[in-house]
Amino acid sequence: MRAFTYERATDPVAAARAVAQRPGARYIAGGTNLLDLMKLEVETPTHLVDVQDLGFTRIERTPQGGLRIGALVTNTDLAADDHVRRDYAVLSRAILAGASGQLRNKATTGGNLLQRTRCPYFYDTNMACNKRRPGSGCAAIGGYSRQLGVVGVSTSCIATFPGDMAVALRVLDAMVETIDAHGQTRSIPIAGFHRLWEDKPQQDTVLAPGELITAVTLPPPLGGQHFYEKVRDRASYAFALVSVAAVIQPDGTGRVAFGGVAPKPWRVEAAEALLPQGADAVTRQAFEGATPTKDNDFKLPLATRALAYVIAQAKA
Amino acid sequence: MVDWPRLKLSRRGVLAGTTVTAVAVGAPAFTEASAPPAAQPVPTASVTFSVNGRERRLALDPRTTLLDALREHLHLTGTKKGCDHGQCGACTVIVQGKRINSCLSLAVMHEGHEITTIEGLGTPDRLHPMQAAFIRHDGYQCGYCTPGQICSAVAVLDEIARGIPSHVQDDLTASPRATAQEMRERMSGNICRCGAYSNIAEAMADVAGDNA
Repeated sequence: MRAFTYERATDPVAAARAVAQRPGARYIAGGTNLLDLMKLEVETPTHLVDVQDLGFTRIERTPQGGLRIGALVTNTDLAADDHVRRDYAVLSRAILAGASGQLRNKATTGGNLLQRTRCPYFYDTNMACNKRRPGSGCAAIGGYSRQLGVVGVSTSCIATFPGDMAVALRVLDAMVETIDAHGQTRSIPIAGFHRLWEDKPQQDTVLAPGELITAVTLPPPLGGQHFYEKVRDRASYAFALVSVAAVIQPDGTGRVAFGGVAPKPWRVEAAEALLPQGADAVTRQAFEGATPTKDNDFKLPLATRALAYVIAQAKA
Repeated sequence: MVDWPRLKLSRRGVLAGTTVTAVAVGAPAFTEASAPPAAQPVPTASVTFSVNGRERRLALDPRTTLLDALREHLHLTGTKKGCDHGQCGACTVIVQGKRINSCLSLAVMHEGHEITTIEGLGTPDRLHPMQAAFIRHDGYQCGYCTPGQICSAVAVLDEIARGIPSHVQDDLTASPRATAQEMRERMSGNICRCGAYSNIAEAMADVAGDNA
């Protein structure tokens, strides 16, 4: 691990200023992803700003009837929250399908949104990777790509966003609240929070340098039945090959997003409108223009079958 | 069949050749004009936390993980380093009442925290019930993952008692129960290379039964 200096922030704007002013500075919250990457020197921050004292640890009702989740609420606490379990079960289910008990105790809501891809070529510093070293190329293209993206990828990067929580947040139309070094706040719809890689895979999200996530807000509950179906190589503690987050209403309409397939949680509103016609119709539209490799083309039928399983459960 | 050229090699010849190569390659990098920067001493940061009920104050390179602070600085070597990347669970300790991977946490981030390691759960004379159950049920072979397994197991039963839900729960709003299926799911962050899983699950069921 490269040497760094460390400070503990006591004020969000001061924290944002500390990170915005130093090119090598990074926030650290739970640290479960960042420290892993620092040990491998995939991430090499020169200064860490620890945000654990900023107090974003509450889950509270919003005046609109939704929920405001502090950025530092741990994955365990969010999944276990009574309101979330009752009204936003897809979110609890997604979080509980991810990582291990130890990691969920440490990982935070804001940090989870910012976790980086698990593409093996991103992790291996001997390999070309446009995300890790812009302009160096992409060893994954033409390489071992079983876990990698099938849709929304680019000619410079075929990595996926690896998380589960964000896939549920996408179905729920969550908003990401931030503050910057000038004290300016903004709300970013989750749909536009993660970027498609295009020719700049080094930039995962639309956050500006130093912009700090303070909370995630959820609109009022959707009702319906909530599902998070995750298909992976082990029954527990593995990243998704394909996952399906869905909220299905009694009339068969609903919302659906896919994980493990794209640079961001993959939801196509025009495709989910076809839910009453069945899984085939939805995935044909959702994965239109997909560019799978021979290693990962199984993800397309797998997504259809996972969604068919969800629809069957909803009808049962 | 490949026709290899005949080589006459001796160990001494190989070593000498290697040395010459190393010098030839290494030399240009260390000319006076481009001397490597002198190593700077790393500034230390101080942290105070409580480990197994005893207050400990340390001055550490900020890079020091909680795991390395426990093992290398406090010489509490019960906690083990397996993968050092949060994948195996051998480093599991209980911080502020919750189990975490101590390898994926900086020691300086734990100012004021209460930390419990395997040494704090019990001693050979006064075993924690979970330690005793692991012995009774043969819940280990080589023993390397065992401290992490036991810290995790103790925390898992506490999580179930506190109503923390899991992936295998059918009804999310119900209180979880200490079933075999629940414990297998909740222990998935602790890998046992020897494969003592079934006996670990039995040890946990034994302790859970006593508490029920």
